[in-house]
Formats: sequence, C-alpha cells, structure tokens
Amino acid sequence: MDALRTYDRVMQRFGDRILEINEKAHDPFMVVEPGAIVEVCRFLRDDPECAMNCLSNEIGVDYKDRIEVVYELYSYPKRYGVTLKVKLPRDNPVVATVETVWKSANWMEREIFDLIGVTFEGHSDLRRILMPEDWPGHPQRKDFVEPMEYHGISTVRESPIIRLEAGKK
Amino acid sequence: MSLRTEEMTLNMGPQHPSTHGVLRFVIKADGEVMREAIPDVGYLHRSIEKIAEKVGYHGFMPYTDRVDYVCAMFTNQGWGMACERLGGIEVPKRGEYCRVIAAEFNRIASHLLSVGTMGMDIGAMTPFTHAIREREMINDLIEELCGARLTFNYMRIGGVAWDLPPGWREKALAYLDHFDPIWEEYNALISYNKIYVERLANVGVINLQDAIDYNLVGPNLRGCGFKWDIRKDIPYSVYPEFDFEVPVGTGEFGTLGDAMDRYMVRIREMRESSKILRQALKQIPDGPVLAKVPRNFKPKAGECQVRVESARGDMGWYVVSDGSAYPWRVHVRTGSFAAMGMINKLSRGLMIADLVTLIASLDVIAPEIDR
Repeated sequence: MDALRTYDRVMQRFGDRILEINEKAHDPFMVVEPGAIVEVCRFLRDDPECAMNCLSNEIGVDYKDRIEVVYELYSYPKRYGVTLKVKLPRDNPVVATVETVWKSANWMEREIFDLIGVTFEGHSDLRRILMPEDWPGHPQRKDFVEPMEYHGISTVRESPIIRLEAGKK
Repeated sequence: MSLRTEEMTLNMGPQHPSTHGVLRFVIKADGEVMREAIPDVGYLHRSIEKIAEKVGYHGFMPYTDRVDYVCAMFTNQGWGMACERLGGIEVPKRGEYCRVIAAEFNRIASHLLSVGTMGMDIGAMTPFTHAIREREMINDLIEELCGARLTFNYMRIGGVAWDLPPGWREKALAYLDHFDPIWEEYNALISYNKIYVERLANVGVINLQDAIDYNLVGPNLRGCGFKWDIRKDIPYSVYPEFDFEVPVGTGEFGTLGDAMDRYMVRIREMRESSKILRQALKQIPDGPVLAKVPRNFKPKAGECQVRVESARGDMGWYVVSDGSAYPWRVHVRTGSFAAMGMINKLSRGLMIADLVTLIASLDVIAPEIDR
C-alpha cells in the first residue's frame, strides 16, 4: 500500500464525500468533507490494509479565505503515511474531533483551537493551551492584531537601535 | 477509629528546579499518591512559528535554535531540509556529512544532559557533574565549529555555514577515544546502581499501544520495545551509509516500557552515535559544503512535511509556501509536546516523588513544548 492507492480505496468507499485528491503536491493529500472526517479516520485506522494507528501531526492553517486543518497519519505496521485535509469557513470553523480515534489529537486540537480558533466538537477538554486563558483572539490568524498591552504590561518597546541613532545626533 | 482521607490539590512549578524548564502541574493527590497531575504549559511560548512568517526563510534559521536549545542542530536540520524540499535544492555530499557529524555530537550532548539531570532529579548530584564534564567537551568542539555553544545557527538552507576547521577532525576523533571508555563509567556509577535502579524500574510504565496512540516518539517509543528510528525507517541525509544499531527497551530491570528502559535506550544510543561519528569522520568526502541558494529565496507555492530524528525523537516540520520570500505557515510537531500530553494519563496512581522521575525519563524540554 502507498498513499495514492489508499486514497483510491477511501474514494471507492466514501465516494463524493471525498472532495479532492491532489497527487502533484510534495506530499499527496486528500480533501475530505468536514462532516466525514471522523468516519474516514476511523476507517483508515481499522482497515487492516491501511492500519493508520498513529496521528503524527495535526495542523491548522489560515489561508485568508478559508481555514484548513491538516491531519498527518502514519501507519507503523505498514510503514507509510497519508495526509488528509478539511476546509472550513473562516468565520465559524467547526469540525468534529478525532480525539475519539487517536488520543494524541487531544493536545494538538487544543493548540489549533488556541492559535487558529477552530472549534472541535465533542472534544473532552477544549481549553487554551499555549496562550493565557483571557488572551483576545487567535494569534496564528492572518488578521490578528497584537494588543498593545496585557494586564498593564506593555507588549511593545522602543527599539534600542532607534535610541542609539537618536543619541548620535 | 476510622481514618478519613481527602483529596488535596497541590501546585508544582512553574519555577520548580526539577521540571526541566518552566512547567507547571496541578496535582490532585491523596496523601502521597496522585489521583492525577494536570500539566499547564505555555509559560515559554514565544510564538516562534509566527515569527517565521515575518522574517523569511534564511532569517528564520537562528530562531529554530530556540525551538529546542538542548539539541539545536536537529531543529536547524529540520528547517533546512523543509526549505530544500520546497525549493528543490540538493545539498552537497560534504555538507550532508558535516550536518550528520554536528547533529550526532549534539545528540550525545543532549543525552548526556538527560542522563545527568535524571540522576539529579532523583537526588544523586554526582552523575550530573560527570555527565556535564563530557558535555562541556562537546560544547567546546561545536564552539570551534560554529562559534556557539548552545544556539548554534550552524546550518543553512542548502548545507552548512562553515566547513570543519583545520585539525578539527583529529580533535573529534580524540574526543571519541576518550568518550567510549567513559561511557562505561556512567554504567558503573549509575546505570547498575541498586538505588538508582530501584527508583526507576517499574515507574511510569507505558505499553506500546498507548505510546503509539499518544504519538510518543524517539527514545520514549523505543523504550517500549519498538524498533523505530527515523534515521533507519524513513532515511534522510546520508544516514543509510552508516552502520549502526537501534537500541530498544528490554525490560531487563523491571517491566517493559518503564523509566529505566527509556534511560537505558538513551545510554545505549550515545554509543551508537559515537559509532556513526567514527564512520562519518572517516568517510567524509571533499567538496563544497553549501549549495548555491539565491539570497532572495522564493520556493514555489506548495507545502511539505519533513521528519527528522532529533534527540527527543521524530520532529515533524510542516511548511507552507505561497511563492513569496516569507513562509505562509510553519509548524513544528515536537516529541516533548506529545510526551506532555500523556503525563496526565501516566500520573494516575503514581507517587508524587515519582512524577519528577517520570518527567525526567520522558526527557521533556519546556521550550520544545511551547515553541
């Protein structure tokens, strides 16, 4: 089995719930309808031909017109990996959690929720992980503007280079 | 008379001497036994991934050192490899060898720190000084190579910044001659020490299925008895040219997958790194060390994944390019992040004193979790 044959296999099974298969990318990927992601993941994990027993990476990417969640799966028994994607609307990105399929999704989804602002439905512990609880907005969004201060602590400082150059005059 | 017990909530960290950086745990304990330990991370979050979007491809290299400052060569290499894959750049053979040599020295240094602090965390101060002594010598060697002892910034997109300095090869070989017998000293001093074994064996046992489910990587995964090393199984760089073993946990002191197994995997990996280094220093070909890469490096739009076996295991880089001089999105998935995600599960039923052993045995480095 390799990634492309796996995509064909999933395509046969799920049909039009698979939106796109990109074979030309550096790492070929498959775009899945957001509502079908848990089913596809569970199929890939339980199917003995694929046996994707590890979710090795889960990433959120903000593309300005949409938000993508990328799932990098890996099969230790079969020694190959596949990449899945879901495309979500930017104003209200919601997708079901895959924590029920692989435990490692728990923290990675918390990170995506924190930095990109994707809500994972059914997640057991969806809290911010890296930023403080009361931080406004999601920093990895492209339109995020850093607040000037946080609890009275300034987030900017005068550039020491500007100060040096002012001293010269 | 019946004794009544009640749950107690304790705070550990963030400024705790044995948490390997700024980590905080909220511990729910019943006497000495933990019901659970809830990790609270983010104290070292410096938004390195966001910085990448502002400084461009070449400019991001020094920042990658700060992702994991204990083994910065691997973060350098991961970033370099991701950019090379996006831009279709071939690294000259000598450049690859320089990378492997620097990285394997760094792996020994990182494992030495892990082994040393392991002893210190459970109350043995002496092993730490022994381990740091050898680590200092590696730091000196690497300082001669790139001018820095911790945040190396040695690699570039397309190779490495500087060739090996004159006479460096002999110094490196002399160090390995010194290190191989010293390795036995660690075993005599701590590995087979009764008190040490008692503290580590049967503590924090992880079974293989959980390890894979929680995406544990590197020595933590190998400690469960699973032979898996990115250098062997998804080969990159010039690793296929070297002959080395992948040590795995055997459960020789207690249960398979306990803290002692993870410790022994690290101890044995140092010897394998030494083996790789000897071969690399012998086989290193002549030639350039850096490919010609345009200063205004603009890879074609697209995305790629790269996996590197760092000292803390499989480090996954995900880079998205939009065709401009700045990466659109960079993401690093690190071994410590996954390991921390598992601590809540592992801590249940553990003694409070063993939590420190558990963190040390998973070799968690705080900046790598928070990035």
